[in-house]
Amino acid sequence: MKNQSIKKNLDWTCILIYSALVIMGWLNIYSSSLSSIDETYQKQLIFILLTIPLIFIILAIDGKFYEKYASIIFIGSLITLAGLFLFGKTIAGQRCWYAIGSFTIQPSEFAKAATSLALAKFLSDSQINLKETNRQIQALAIVFLPVLLILPQPDPGSALIYSIFIIVLYREGLPAWYVWTGFSTITLFVLSLVLEPQYVILIALITLLLVHFKSRLGDRNIVLSSILFVLISGFVLSVNYVFENVFKQHHRDRFNILLGKTVDLKGVGYNTNQSEIAIGSGGWLGRGFLEGTQTKGGFVPEQHTDYIFTTVGEEWGFAGSIVVIGLFVSLFLRVIYLAERQKTKFSRVYGYCVAGILFTHFFVNIAMVVGIFPTIGVPLPFFSYGGSGLWGFTILLFIFLKMDANKVNEW
Amino acid sequence: MRKILLPSLIIVAASLLLIRIFYLQVINDTFKLKSENNAIKIKYDYPERGYIFDRYGKLLVSNQASYDIMVIPRELKNIDTLEFCQLLNITKEDYIEKIAKAKVYSPRLPSVFLAQLNKSEFAAFQEKIRKFEGFYFQKRSLRDYEVDFGANIFGGITEVNEKTIEKNSYYKSGDLIGVQGVEQSYEEILRGIKGVKYIQKDKYNREIGSYKNGKYDTIAVQGEDINLTLDADLQRYGEQLMINKRGGIVAIEPKTGEILSLITAPSYDPSILVGRQRSKNYTLLYYDSIAKPLYDRGLLAEYPPGSPFKILTGLIGLQEGVINEQTTYTCYNGFSYARGRFMKCHAHAPSQQLHNGIYNSCNTYFAQTYMRIISKYVKPSYAVDVWSNHLKSFGLGQFMGYDLPTGKRGNIPDSKTYKRIYPNGGWRGTTIVSNSIGQGEVLMTPIQLASMMATVANEGYYYTPHMIKKIKGEQIDPKFKVKHQTTIDKKHFKPLISGLFDVYNVGTARSLRVEGIDIAGKTGTAENFAKIGGKRVQLKDHSIFVAFAPKDNPKIAIAVLVENGGFGATIAGPIASLMIEKYLRKKITRIDLETRILNISLRDEYAKMGGMKAAEAIETTPKDISIKNNEFSNFTRKDTTTQN
Repeated sequence: MKNQSIKKNLDWTCILIYSALVIMGWLNIYSSSLSSIDETYQKQLIFILLTIPLIFIILAIDGKFYEKYASIIFIGSLITLAGLFLFGKTIAGQRCWYAIGSFTIQPSEFAKAATSLALAKFLSDSQINLKETNRQIQALAIVFLPVLLILPQPDPGSALIYSIFIIVLYREGLPAWYVWTGFSTITLFVLSLVLEPQYVILIALITLLLVHFKSRLGDRNIVLSSILFVLISGFVLSVNYVFENVFKQHHRDRFNILLGKTVDLKGVGYNTNQSEIAIGSGGWLGRGFLEGTQTKGGFVPEQHTDYIFTTVGEEWGFAGSIVVIGLFVSLFLRVIYLAERQKTKFSRVYGYCVAGILFTHFFVNIAMVVGIFPTIGVPLPFFSYGGSGLWGFTILLFIFLKMDANKVNEW
Repeated sequence: MRKILLPSLIIVAASLLLIRIFYLQVINDTFKLKSENNAIKIKYDYPERGYIFDRYGKLLVSNQASYDIMVIPRELKNIDTLEFCQLLNITKEDYIEKIAKAKVYSPRLPSVFLAQLNKSEFAAFQEKIRKFEGFYFQKRSLRDYEVDFGANIFGGITEVNEKTIEKNSYYKSGDLIGVQGVEQSYEEILRGIKGVKYIQKDKYNREIGSYKNGKYDTIAVQGEDINLTLDADLQRYGEQLMINKRGGIVAIEPKTGEILSLITAPSYDPSILVGRQRSKNYTLLYYDSIAKPLYDRGLLAEYPPGSPFKILTGLIGLQEGVINEQTTYTCYNGFSYARGRFMKCHAHAPSQQLHNGIYNSCNTYFAQTYMRIISKYVKPSYAVDVWSNHLKSFGLGQFMGYDLPTGKRGNIPDSKTYKRIYPNGGWRGTTIVSNSIGQGEVLMTPIQLASMMATVANEGYYYTPHMIKKIKGEQIDPKFKVKHQTTIDKKHFKPLISGLFDVYNVGTARSLRVEGIDIAGKTGTAENFAKIGGKRVQLKDHSIFVAFAPKDNPKIAIAVLVENGGFGATIAGPIASLMIEKYLRKKITRIDLETRILNISLRDEYAKMGGMKAAEAIETTPKDISIKNNEFSNFTRKDTTTQN
């Protein structure tokens, strides 16, 4: 009987979109793996089939379980991340896998779900008010603990994903200036790379003066504005310094390619160039399934993992791209809609985290593939090859679907 | 407010991505091209080039296999360099240098190690090629010449240049294309159509199978064989007669316009421009700016035609009605056509009519006729145009439209010409009287002279001279079947022809009669000058002869020009008569004449001005290449006169 109610209450829209994305992902992996000797599509098929029992287990576990054990799951996740420094396997310079025989597992893929649970648990306490600085620090600590463990692996891509939690916290009451500070920092960073520092400082000064004189007399604070100006100038100048002296050459290259400063299509610009060629050659309707010449020729590196979207672009064209992006966006909006509908704060925050994490992956990945974001290793949820990623995202999503299905049983 | 931040962010971000993707996929179309260059390799299947035969079906040009030795540097393993170099007859330094070069190009991709080995060069190596891992060979097809003459007619094949590739998308870098001669004119027929195979490549440029299962692949279409109008024996014979001389011979079948032989001297063996020696030999030929072996004198050399032009003057005089057969002029060794202006003539009986005017080649007779033509009309400019139009109806002063890629217009002046030369007017018949005897502004090429004789032989019409006799499976250009009628009535040719016939009987070529063949012909001589050491020096005259035979049923019309050969009847005349006999009888009865001509060498004449020996360095010595001398003008200037 319980199964019955679960079946009835599950959000089938999400499940349908999820299934569609997984199947389309596999088809594209199949196409791209034809160019290589390893038959990745077979492995991915096994990973996909294994998600079915995984989903059943998640749905079978009592909804309260996740809330109750959120902290323990989180701590366990932190331990597995920390353990990488001792027992991790290094692949391509990144120490972020555990190897069990020939099988590798990437704990950072699961850490996102754990962090979301922990954050939801923390915020669901009715005592918590994010207006308080202490609480803000605590909440941010939950977010940054895993980041601290992931960054040195080094896996900047996975770490980057955690920035979305700021938006989640904002939804739950974090003051707006955190978000504004974040946006401004990024904007200033990019501006100071593109323009000479003196122009950026000039722009900042004009903006500050406008804000200052536009605000009501009482709100004008000449001291605060001046401090801000000094901070901004310092930041802008230090960006150049950091960029030239702290960043490694390959980091600089990635930004330079993006900003159009370097054109070295055979070296550092190869990935982006080839992936743009692949997508660009798709046209309106694409070259057809298994007909992509870039895909078949294996020109795009890491095509079955981070660059899987190039296959979509090449073989399915703009039409296919719209469908895939459309499916993703529908999923995110559906999850947000479901989250807002939740009766408990815990499941609402968690749902928000799910939408945020999936969205960040989606955006960073495709933006990188189409050449508007630096090259950063982030998988496309449900699409990219890899068991850890697929299962991590599946767990993330289905825990929420289970909570959502459970809501009728709650008071 | 806080609730809508994330959804808004999602929608904005997704739109941003879609705009970018739309730009990449739909707006910017350079990526499609890039991807094709990237991932699809086109392999061509080259069909065998069509053979070239002569008019009787004798094979002249076929194909031979040639072999390129290819190397993939990364796959080289345990090469016995000593043995390898011995087999290919190269030095160890060569080997090291070539391998290094190939490595620079790509260690993974094949590059040409040694190009265009012929069968014998390749044979020894082929047996052992298995021992040399990393090397393999590629077969190519090159021209194989069955004959050692006709280089100017055949032309050759060479790799296409950038310009051609840009102009014609059929050709890709490395393809072969016909250049010069019929190889160029009938390139599209001879070459066939190459087959195309699309091959999917991977990022290492390795082939991983056919693209779309060969959906777009095409099969090569074999090149077609062609038959030329050339008589191979006649061509060979003509080239032999021209050894140690410079000039051109053109023989045409009057009834069809078919070119029976087209000889330029000096010439060379076409096979020296095949294979590994091609570029070296070509350079030597190309830079020989004195003997100019690549210059087809039969088509390109514009000379003042001299006395043969009197035939045309006579015909126009008759057509315009300013003379008839009985018109008589008196000539005492020349003609004083204006105060203080005197045109010399030769010693002959003073009273001249058309008939003996022709065979005596009387300057006075034709100058007078020309003066009458010009003064027939009130305005000399109109008269010159009438005269000019008659000549143009013979195809003179224009590209004749024959099927060889080079040519010269020659020059037939008209009123515009003189308006340009004398912008203030004031020119009269007397000013331009040199035209009457083929001097002045008149210029003709040997093929125009031959075509003119064919027209005379046909009594008023001609076909565009052409080289093509038959194309397998195709029609030859219909323009070669079009009869061109001149403006001269048929009846006017009879007296002219009888005069030309008597050139052999009683005239300037009486020593050249061939027993049993009635030949109608005309000698010609053109003065020419060169600057030697800053001084204008008169060189020995160019020897010219035009003829057709047999008189009553013409089968061959011929023009012979020998540079610095002297009087028309000394070299050009005998050559013409030997050629005619060879063509009509297939054998020569006058062995002594033949031997004399074969032995005449104008080397000393050409060498008078000193010379260079560059082309002698060519290993396979082209038969006439070593003739050298200094620069001289090929044609005379306006005010020279003929002497015979």
